[in-house]
Amino acid sequence: MSDANHPAIQFRNVSYRVNHTRELLHNLNLEIKSGETLVLLGRSGSGKTTTLKLINHLLAPSDGDILVNGRSTRDWDVIQLRRGIGYVIQDVGLFPHFTIARNIGLIPKIENWPEARIQSRTQELLRLVGLDSDIAARHPRELSGGQRQRVGVARALAADPPILLMDEPFGALDPITRAELQREFLGLQQRLRKTVVFVTHDLREALLLGTRIALLEAGCLITVLTPDDFVQSSEPLIAAYVNAFETSAPRGTP
Amino acid sequence: MNVWQFMLQNHAEVLELTIEHLWLVGVSTILAVLIGIPLGILITRWPALNKPILGSANIIQTIPSLALFGFLLPAPWIGARADRLAILALTLYALLPLIRNTYVGIKGVDRAVVEAGRGMGMTNQQLLWQVELPLALGVIIAGVRVATVISVGLATIAAAIGAGGLGEYIFRGLAMVDNQVILAGAIPAALMALLADFSLGWLENRLSPH
Repeated sequence: MSDANHPAIQFRNVSYRVNHTRELLHNLNLEIKSGETLVLLGRSGSGKTTTLKLINHLLAPSDGDILVNGRSTRDWDVIQLRRGIGYVIQDVGLFPHFTIARNIGLIPKIENWPEARIQSRTQELLRLVGLDSDIAARHPRELSGGQRQRVGVARALAADPPILLMDEPFGALDPITRAELQREFLGLQQRLRKTVVFVTHDLREALLLGTRIALLEAGCLITVLTPDDFVQSSEPLIAAYVNAFETSAPRGTP
Repeated sequence: MNVWQFMLQNHAEVLELTIEHLWLVGVSTILAVLIGIPLGILITRWPALNKPILGSANIIQTIPSLALFGFLLPAPWIGARADRLAILALTLYALLPLIRNTYVGIKGVDRAVVEAGRGMGMTNQQLLWQVELPLALGVIIAGVRVATVISVGLATIAAAIGAGGLGEYIFRGLAMVDNQVILAGAIPAALMALLADFSLGWLENRLSPH
């Protein structure tokens, strides 16, 4: 469903308001290229998650259009749209009454894949995210936070969607597990080349994972830059963000 | 003559009244489940209906049972037979715990889980049947349990309008000032309530996700 001539996702003059008054997102224009990892960076309340939820139409724009593969999200059948977009959130949201295998195989099952194919796909995905296959029969409560988040990624990849939305997926993990998952994500992305939109407030994570970084502030897009350009930028808001991070970071880390 | 001798001598009648009692409670609980659970689901989908529906069920619950039986007496088809009337009244009383527990159960499902499901492209129906209802089932069964236990007690009053059941003994005993006869109705009713409470409690535990 991806087309080299079109950007995978395109925001055109998009605004989002709550109750016709409070504006969470103001006139956003943004193109996300096929196969890149675009990081939405910004502090709490800057509109990162709102931007993400507009892509899979969990939120509908107040103004403007979001094009996914060249078609407006208003014109998509919303269920079909979402089936082509993997979604990973910080709280993971695994179904607690399903086994790991059933969690991962949910969308394939809904899409009526044959049972054997679902099983082999589940095993393949568990390997892909670095989990033992004997975990398949367990329930989410029997897993650690890191394992749960890996299952969350596997579940999002199950039906091989070309687009992946990740909302602070590693935010709730301890620093060591987070670093491990970030490294694995990079390796995974090198192989899979999905179009990834990744929300974080962590500058280091943004610099590590992003092909480009979009900085949001109070519902406005400040700029979109590659990581290299980002750290060198003299734009006051960017410099402020970078500085805040450098002073808050423990000594000895870049 | 003590209560056991009395029950032994009249075992056929005790059995008949117990079966009548079970019939009243069983039919009314099933009707209340069939009406209350869909209503509970409905108000999770249309929040505007929340207040009118829960409010009505609440008001019904505050009407004294004897008065409710009286109010329903003039109703056309229902009022013609005492057992229909009793079943209707018991159904109305059982609605509140069922609507409320269904609503609270579904609303209590972890929001992250529902949002993940929605974001993955599950339809509302798939979310309801595969995620929300299974996860709310323990709370819903708890509502059925409360409704059933209340119903067993309330059904004794149905005897006042001639609907039968174990209340027959209670009212007869009251009229005769004979405690043994009252107990012959009260003991089986209490056992029935305990049994319902225990078995539905067991089911509730089995079906709760954790």
